[in-house]
Amino acid sequence: MRLPSASAGAAPPQEILRPVRTSYIAITLLVALALNVLILPGFLQILRPDFIALTLIYWVVYHPRRVGFLPAWLLGLAMDVADGSLFGQHAFAYAVLMYLSILLHRRIVMFGMRHQVLHVVAILGVAQLVMLVIRLMAGADFPNVLYFAPSIVGALAWPPLFNLIRVPLRPRADPDAV
Amino acid sequence: MEYSPPPFFKRGPSLLTRFAFFSLLSVVLLVSDARLSYLYVLRQVVAVVVYPMQRLSAMPGELLARVGDFFVTATQLQRDNEQLKRQSLLDAASLQTQQALTNENLHLRQLLAMRERVSREFIAADILYGARDPFTRRVVVDKGFQNGVKAGSAVVDHAGVIGQVTRVFPWLSEVTLVTDKEQAVPIQVQRSGLRGVTFGIGYDGTLELRFMPVNADIQNGDLLVTSGIDGTYPSGLPVAIVTNIERNAAYAFARITCTPAAGVNSYGQVLIVLSEEKLPENPIPADEGNAKPKKARKGATP
Repeated sequence: MRLPSASAGAAPPQEILRPVRTSYIAITLLVALALNVLILPGFLQILRPDFIALTLIYWVVYHPRRVGFLPAWLLGLAMDVADGSLFGQHAFAYAVLMYLSILLHRRIVMFGMRHQVLHVVAILGVAQLVMLVIRLMAGADFPNVLYFAPSIVGALAWPPLFNLIRVPLRPRADPDAV
Repeated sequence: MEYSPPPFFKRGPSLLTRFAFFSLLSVVLLVSDARLSYLYVLRQVVAVVVYPMQRLSAMPGELLARVGDFFVTATQLQRDNEQLKRQSLLDAASLQTQQALTNENLHLRQLLAMRERVSREFIAADILYGARDPFTRRVVVDKGFQNGVKAGSAVVDHAGVIGQVTRVFPWLSEVTLVTDKEQAVPIQVQRSGLRGVTFGIGYDGTLELRFMPVNADIQNGDLLVTSGIDGTYPSGLPVAIVTNIERNAAYAFARITCTPAAGVNSYGQVLIVLSEEKLPENPIPADEGNAKPKKARKGATP
């Protein structure tokens, strides 16, 4: 039997990070909102992952006491207006996403990147499914299978995003170190 | 004994409680938006917050596009110039005939004591982007109620009808395309003058001409233009071209598929029709025993 190592499948080595400021969390969420409302040409628009959902998952999984339901829900309302979708649709989906992420956060941190991606694709997929069910109930047609593409792209974007969010949190090299 | 955490661990309401609270709040919003449409003001408020963010995030792309425009090659400009000159020559000929026809038409209308057509006001707008909501077919344009756009205004481009303004924000408005599900446009077949209503299909970007009898005088390639009887769309604008007709005697109606005439999927400039046509008062009085509508009816009948 192979011993667990620091490969992609095993738990990532614990990093020592600097404490997270609330302002940093707010900035990441606002940048995510900006990326979500960014206008992209044609095909990229279909594939664009939901950056708010990903950022929320990150903060909830790694700092579950720092982000509550309220900011997630308000960001959902902002997305509803920006998208022109039904009011409360994204808000509901983000509430479901928060619930699942908080429920699973102790599990997810124990897994390595590869398995975290599988968790993330499930959470994002459920959030999109919630929106789909809401719209089908409101009388819309099922768009097509590409509707779920953002979940898959989002899950693939999880490892780089994970590292990106951590960049400002890594301890600065001490110039006085020997 | 019931277990509860010591009071110095402040945990707030449980996860399930919080989830139930926020999902209930969302459901209330969803129902009131979908069924009662009470949330106009709330949407406006959130839009004011989101709008600067939207413009800010669009800025790099716009800048890039402008830089691209700057480096248009000279050959391209020459070719465009050549083409425009030729076009203007062609247009001049048709304009001259049109001038004569307009005069004649005006004269005839006055002769017939017909109501003079209101000259409609247009406002040019740029399509900013297609709405990201994958369930609907909408575009967002850069003019809102600060520019006089009203919900319900018709939107046209150089080739025909694009759709109708459905939501207005201070500096933006959402245009529902004619291909959106159940979006209806009253039309007339240009060749035969037959009237009907097209409905958007929703998923494949085509339109359907519904409730046309199996033996209706419609052919492939017929141009459908707005009939103007709704008072929203100016009459005579191309809407769609008939592409497929299925006449099955087993059904009461023919199945007629059309493709939109305007570039509903292309991005560019559109015109929003601002003024609505003033229709004569409804000759049928809303409540009986009112003398005023009677008078209006007298005036309307020749």
